[in-house]
Amino acid sequence: MIPAALPNAAIAIDVHDLTVAYHRKPVLWDVDVQVPVGKLIAIVGPNGAGKSTLLKAMLGLVPLASGRVEIFGRSIREARALVGYVPQRESVDWDFPIDAMGVVTMGTYAQLGWLRRVGQPQRERALAALKQVGMSDFAQRQIGQLSGGQQQRVFLARALAQDAALYLMDEPFAGVDAATERAILDVLRTMRDAGKTVIAVHHDLQTVPQYFDHVIMLNMRLVAAGPTNDVFTQENLQKTYGGRLNLLEQAAEAVRRAGT
Amino acid sequence: MNPFLTSSEWWMLATASMCGLLCGVAGCYLVLRRMSLLGDAITHAILPGLAGAFLLSGTRDTWAMLTGAMVVGLLTAAGTSWLARVGKVPSDAAMGVVFTSLFALGVLLISQAADKVDLDPGCVLYGLLEFVDIDRVRVLSFEMPRAFATLAGASGITLLLLTVFWKEIKLVSFDAALATSMGFSATLIHYVAVAVIAGASVASFEAVGSILVVAMLIGPPASASLLTQRFGRLIAISASLGVLSGAIGTIAAVRLNTSIAGTVSVVVGLLFALALFASPSQGLIATWLRRFSLTLRVRREDVLGTLYRVHAESNSRATARDVQQLLTGPLGTIARYQLIWAKFIASQQGQAVLTSTGQAEALRVLRAHRLWESYLWRDLSLPVSHVHDPSERMEHFITDDMARDLEAHVQNERDPQGRPIPQSDA
Repeated sequence: MIPAALPNAAIAIDVHDLTVAYHRKPVLWDVDVQVPVGKLIAIVGPNGAGKSTLLKAMLGLVPLASGRVEIFGRSIREARALVGYVPQRESVDWDFPIDAMGVVTMGTYAQLGWLRRVGQPQRERALAALKQVGMSDFAQRQIGQLSGGQQQRVFLARALAQDAALYLMDEPFAGVDAATERAILDVLRTMRDAGKTVIAVHHDLQTVPQYFDHVIMLNMRLVAAGPTNDVFTQENLQKTYGGRLNLLEQAAEAVRRAGT
Repeated sequence: MNPFLTSSEWWMLATASMCGLLCGVAGCYLVLRRMSLLGDAITHAILPGLAGAFLLSGTRDTWAMLTGAMVVGLLTAAGTSWLARVGKVPSDAAMGVVFTSLFALGVLLISQAADKVDLDPGCVLYGLLEFVDIDRVRVLSFEMPRAFATLAGASGITLLLLTVFWKEIKLVSFDAALATSMGFSATLIHYVAVAVIAGASVASFEAVGSILVVAMLIGPPASASLLTQRFGRLIAISASLGVLSGAIGTIAAVRLNTSIAGTVSVVVGLLFALALFASPSQGLIATWLRRFSLTLRVRREDVLGTLYRVHAESNSRATARDVQQLLTGPLGTIARYQLIWAKFIASQQGQAVLTSTGQAEALRVLRAHRLWESYLWRDLSLPVSHVHDPSERMEHFITDDMARDLEAHVQNERDPQGRPIPQSDA
């Protein structure tokens, strides 16, 4: 739940001059970006551009070499209860002895805090979240027996159960079937319409304009950020993806010419 | 007649079982986080901690030992993850280097101290379950072996921590990053768990020694993970297996007059083997049975399909000989009895014929076969000569729902060879 009075409520997350380094080697340089409330925002960029790192820096999961992150005008620590995280699907062990319901219930732990136990309200919220992603029939299923798309929906349901104001998702559309992709998009749009902000690392450039209101283009540095219509341009894509996109374009053009 | 076990043997059994309970619970964390090697590392590396605590304090006081072991246990966990991060060494190699070096250091320290004091390397390595009854303490007016009291205390603390931090432990075990992002520090919980495991190892030393304690930490949880897919049940089953191993191992060792710690560890291994073979869901026997029953089903459906083609379709290449061949051999014989039992086929003048229910079943298989042929031919553009064999395999796996979808998709009443596709009666 979003507290009634949020300072600077138009900005969900304010990243100021952020540099992240692994073993002193910077992987993100001087990133300045402000993310508006109530939008779907894509983070795009080539492999190794630091997309997941930016997400983790926003969550306070990696140490910052310099700069700061403010979430709804507060420090990451103060804003923890407002932030939901959906890690990459591969980041967890799907053979873990737990059913879908158990995973989704974990979303409610943040609000419970230390020591308080899961009760009926938490279970009801988890079940409602499973229903919202169309997975209530699979509540008792061991998570390893679910398909990739179903696993991703379970992750999304867990985020819903978290009931945060800002969601950070690492490739929620990766490796899912077309039906799941549509289902996930529907859920994201519902979340946005309820005033939530969703930032997602996204790989499929073709669907960016269709799915996302804003886009953050990243390649170790911030290339551009803003409304998709203004920012997601050929020029910026070329800056983000360097020569590779250019080559791909030439290749595609060559195929087109050869075919006609 | 001798009693089943003497009083001191009962105490050995109780101590071994308590050790099994403690390690069975504590080890679940390692197995769930896929860090079993860390258990190996901790149990080996705390040897210098024990020796150091002993040399510094000059006593075998439990608290001094416990503190020394926990400190070194935490250093091992932190040191290996630091080495893996900074030294660019794979984490298993880092662990291998750290724990063997620390273990060797511990052996040196103990041999150095051995001529001055009574700390026997053999006792530390293999435990002294046989003599557990000699060293007694009084707890709440009950007199019991000191090792048992230590293990019971450690078990109590471990179970208390597990109960209190149940949800936090579950969350960190499954998704450490999410836990940290929610404000439950995964690092903190991990190191508390490591300290508990180090404590469990020390408490178990006197019972089973520093080497066999690894078996107690990893064996029962590994077996339990083959038997259940629920978090709570995993811990309960693991604890029960630990207790069971302790009890069976002690009785067997007393009867065979051999090392108790060794026998207990062998029982842990045997129970794991049993779980591996006989687990109802993931066991090898269950898997073999499932495969065998699938092979039988395929054979039965092939018989029905072939019988139908022979009797109902004039232009089929299938012959009565094919049917006969499918019904001979061990597999064919079982399939024949199953088909007769299910009233799918009957025998007429020594020849197998389809009953009406058998014919319905044959049509279902044939429908799946021809729908799949049509799909391969139309959608995948396979030549007509190539569609029969893959369909012969797929026909057994096409559910009624899939058949309906395929039918709607291919929209054809005939297969690529022009034979009619049977309609569903539903």
